Formats: sequence, structure tokens, C-alpha cells
Amino acid sequence: MITLEVLLRGFPALPAADVQGWIRAGHIRAEPGPVFTEFDVERVRLIVELRDIFEVNDVALPLVLSLLDQMYELRRRLTAG
Amino acid sequence: MVDDPYKVLGVPRDASEAAIKAAWRKLARRHHPDVNPGKPEAEQQFTAASAAHDLLSDPDRRGRYDRGEIDAQGQPRAPAGNYRRHAEAAGGARYSPGMDGGVFEDLFADIFESQRRGRDEAYRLDVTFTAAVLGTTERLTLPDGRVLNVTIPPGLVSGQVLRLRGQGGSGETPGDAMIEVRVAEHPLWRRDGRDVLMDLPMTLREAVLGGPVEVPTPAGRLRVSLPAASDSGRQIRLRGKGVAGATPGDLIITLRIVIGPPDEALQAFLRDRVDTSDPRAGLEVGP
Repeated sequence: MITLEVLLRGFPALPAADVQGWIRAGHIRAEPGPVFTEFDVERVRLIVELRDIFEVNDVALPLVLSLLDQMYELRRRLTAG
Repeated sequence: MVDDPYKVLGVPRDASEAAIKAAWRKLARRHHPDVNPGKPEAEQQFTAASAAHDLLSDPDRRGRYDRGEIDAQGQPRAPAGNYRRHAEAAGGARYSPGMDGGVFEDLFADIFESQRRGRDEAYRLDVTFTAAVLGTTERLTLPDGRVLNVTIPPGLVSGQVLRLRGQGGSGETPGDAMIEVRVAEHPLWRRDGRDVLMDLPMTLREAVLGGPVEVPTPAGRLRVSLPAASDSGRQIRLRGKGVAGATPGDLIITLRIVIGPPDEALQAFLRDRVDTSDPRAGLEVGP
């Protein structure tokens, strides 16, 4: 089971409050607890990378995530045919 | 075998922390897997750049690497592109954006519809003026030998495009036939919306005395009674004799006096006649 503590071991520099904020904002859809799936962990990594590499700030983050989600939704449907 | 992290990032061995971070950012931005879907080489370059940055951004490990105490093999890190693999799998729907709105559904519906739909095909059809006024059914033979019955609605104007659903290119859903209709000109009649306009010549006698005349209309010949003392330019409106349909247009006749060839008797009669009114009274040239 991936708890917040387990998740944060993979991100030594990441404050717990950031992850909790992303859950509240709906960017991370964790189960109550919070309990994370591996997909959630990768999405945390995505958000960290968007922030650290692309310097996406909190204002632009929802837009970028929404566009990525739409793109992946489209790709899923296209490959599902 | 792992490459020299300095070479991977393209920085000199004495590069500052800021320079290393900048070089890593530049590479990571270019090769990020979510920016390069379907490019495995981008994933490898992203992973290599991140591993190099991991090593060189830690002063302790960078020092040990520079002194040759450790090689470039950093700690195992998650391979790049994991997020994409999750997102594109069926489980990716966990972050499906389609929760709040039909717009997204519509977008997909349109995309899939356009994939399965046959092409629309364009044709041209010439019809007579009368056909466009009264409405008709025309037969259009397509290049592949098919014959389409095209219903011309009354009131159709030149350049209008009629869409015949399912008569275009084949597909799971066939495309449509798009038929641009050209309406021919007519020597007698012109169209003004749903009204039909025409000039009607009349003799001097008919203009003065009035009386029945025959008028050609799109629907056939019609007897019309001219009022006495009709001037040239007078208009007579025949209700419902224009464009056919539920709200038919009118046929608007503009009368024109035609004197005809010289007529000695008429000339003799008029020579002694004194005009009782001046048609040019009131014609004044303004300032």
C-alpha cells in the first residue's frame, strides 16, 4: 500500500504539503487515507517535473494538466479504436 | 556503460551548479516523454540527462565522481515515460478529463465520425429559370453512372448548394452529394426574392383605353385587364403568380408603351390635338 510517507521516500525534496495541496486541487486523485496507486505516484513525478523542469507555476498547472489529460484521453480512445 | 555526466549535459568539468541545472533543464524540456509521445529515444535522453543531473547536483557525489571514487552509475532511478505508459493504458481513465462536459464527448464523436464517413462529393446542376420558380425534380447522372433525383425547391437561387445525404463517397457512413445549382437567365423574367419581375409592352390604344391582355407567366399564360390611362412604368402586381410555395411570391408587371411603326391616321389625329395636361409640370432643376 502506498501511503503519503511511502510516496515521499521517492521524492526526498518534496514537502508533504505540496502533495496534499494537489490532492485538494484534484490534480492527484488519491484514495482516502491518502492511499496512492503507482499511477498516482507517476503523476506526482509528472507534476514535480512540470514544476522543476518546465517552471510551470501553480496558476498554469491546472491548464497544463488538463491539456495533457485531454491528449492522453484522445490517444487512449484512438488506440482503442 | 554510462556516459560521462559532463558530456551528457554538455558542460565543462568546472561548470557551476547553476550552469549544470540550466543545461539539464534545457535537455529535459526537449526530451520530456510527455512532450515526445511515441519517441523512445527521447525517453533515453531524458533519463540520461536526469541521471547526470542527479549526480552532478549533489556536491558530495560530484566530488567523489571527480576524484574517481565512483563511476557515473548513479542510483537506480525510475525510467522516464512511466507516466505516459500509465496514462495511455486502459487505467489512464483515472485522470480522464471527460467528467464535466459534452464538449469533449462531441469532439471525439466528430473525430470518429469523420474517420468512418465517406467523402462529400461536389456536383453542379443547371436548371431553367422556370424550374427554379416553380420547383421540380431533376435527374443528375453521376460520373459512376448512378442517377440522382434532385428535388429543386421553388425559390432556389443560383449558386445554392443542395445536400443529398448519403449520396457521396462510400464509407461506413456514406458522405453527402453537394450539388451546386445554377439557375439560367430568362429573356422575359427576373427574380427579386420570391417575386418575379417582367416588362409588358402595350399599344398606345391599350394604354389609353385599358382592356384585357395576355401575359406570359412562369405558370402559363394569363388574361389580365389593364386599367384605362396606364402610363409607361405603371406596375401591376399579380398576387401569388411569382415563386411557388406555401408563401408564394408575386408577379410584378411593369407596363411599357410601344408606339410601333409610323401610323399616318394616328399622326393626323394627334396633329390637331391639344394636350390637356403637361407631364413635365413640376420638373425643376434644383440648385
